[in-house]
Amino acid sequence: MSQATPSFETLQADFASAQWATSMEQDAYGMVNILVPAEHLIEAIQTLKAYDKAPVQLLTDLCAVHYPERSGQELEMVYHLHSLTQNLRLRLKVALSQEAAVVPTLCHEFAGANWMERETFDFYGVKFEGHPDLRRILNMDQMDYHPMLKQYALEDETRDDKDDQFFGR
Amino acid sequence: MVKIVEQPEGYEGQGFFATSLDKVIGMARANSLWPLPFATSCCGIEFMATMGSNYDLARFGSERLSFTPRQADLLMVMGTISKKMAPILKQVYDQMAEPKWVLSVGACACSGGIFDTYSVLQGIDRVIPVDVYVPGCPPRPEQIIEGVIKIQELAKNESLRRRNSDEYKRMLESYNIETK
Repeated sequence: MSQATPSFETLQADFASAQWATSMEQDAYGMVNILVPAEHLIEAIQTLKAYDKAPVQLLTDLCAVHYPERSGQELEMVYHLHSLTQNLRLRLKVALSQEAAVVPTLCHEFAGANWMERETFDFYGVKFEGHPDLRRILNMDQMDYHPMLKQYALEDETRDDKDDQFFGR
Repeated sequence: MVKIVEQPEGYEGQGFFATSLDKVIGMARANSLWPLPFATSCCGIEFMATMGSNYDLARFGSERLSFTPRQADLLMVMGTISKKMAPILKQVYDQMAEPKWVLSVGACACSGGIFDTYSVLQGIDRVIPVDVYVPGCPPRPEQIIEGVIKIQELAKNESLRRRNSDEYKRMLESYNIETK
């Protein structure tokens, strides 16, 4: 017989005291967010993969978010995990400072993390320690910045035919 | 009634016809352009309609698409060209033999279009010279055909010495394209 999907309360009882879970909360849609310090990320993933009530098998997605106004925690890594057998989705977040945007790679836990981490490095400049091949994946290799960081303009800056007054500037 | 190409101006008598070499070669080139489709997005779909039986670019002597740049006369760039793609486009242009023409189809190829962003080339004329621009997002097949007709006019009226001229070489050099 299949077991029931663990509730937020069950997850809280099992993990709230764990060293890797700084905080746990449920968002408005019922999804559980767990804040994890970067140094405990691998431990968190390994624990969740081995979690008998809802073993996590799939890394749905990983990405970064840039919050320039949060000083000291400008970048945040977001990992979406999915327990396919128990239909449980979890979201792990890791807060990072822009100067030391380094997290351990998940390539050894989920092979699919390889390209997603390259994409995140490409656009946000987050370094993934232990990644086998951390280079740009989508942008041209000659690009010398990480374009999704908010200090950079999205518009092409090589154009000289645009009159600011027509763009409300 | 099948319409064929009109004969160029010349001197005609019984059993002979004399005209200038420029005109004959221009006529031959203009009516047998081999296009190389460089289609990256939705303008490429319009190009497929252009080649299809409804619009049929073959009627203009462009029946034969060339999927190697070495045999193509006309580079048709249709769609958004990202900055990462730009060196590839330039290489394709480099590999084409003279004489060659470039048709830029659609807003993205002409100017970057709506993609005014860090990753998109703001018009292919930043890396290769363009002969005819076809605006539109995407342009209708009729517009693409009109663009090809404009290219035909250029091919027809081009002096045979143009590609050897210093002006032409300077133009290529301004795009950092090697001249032989």
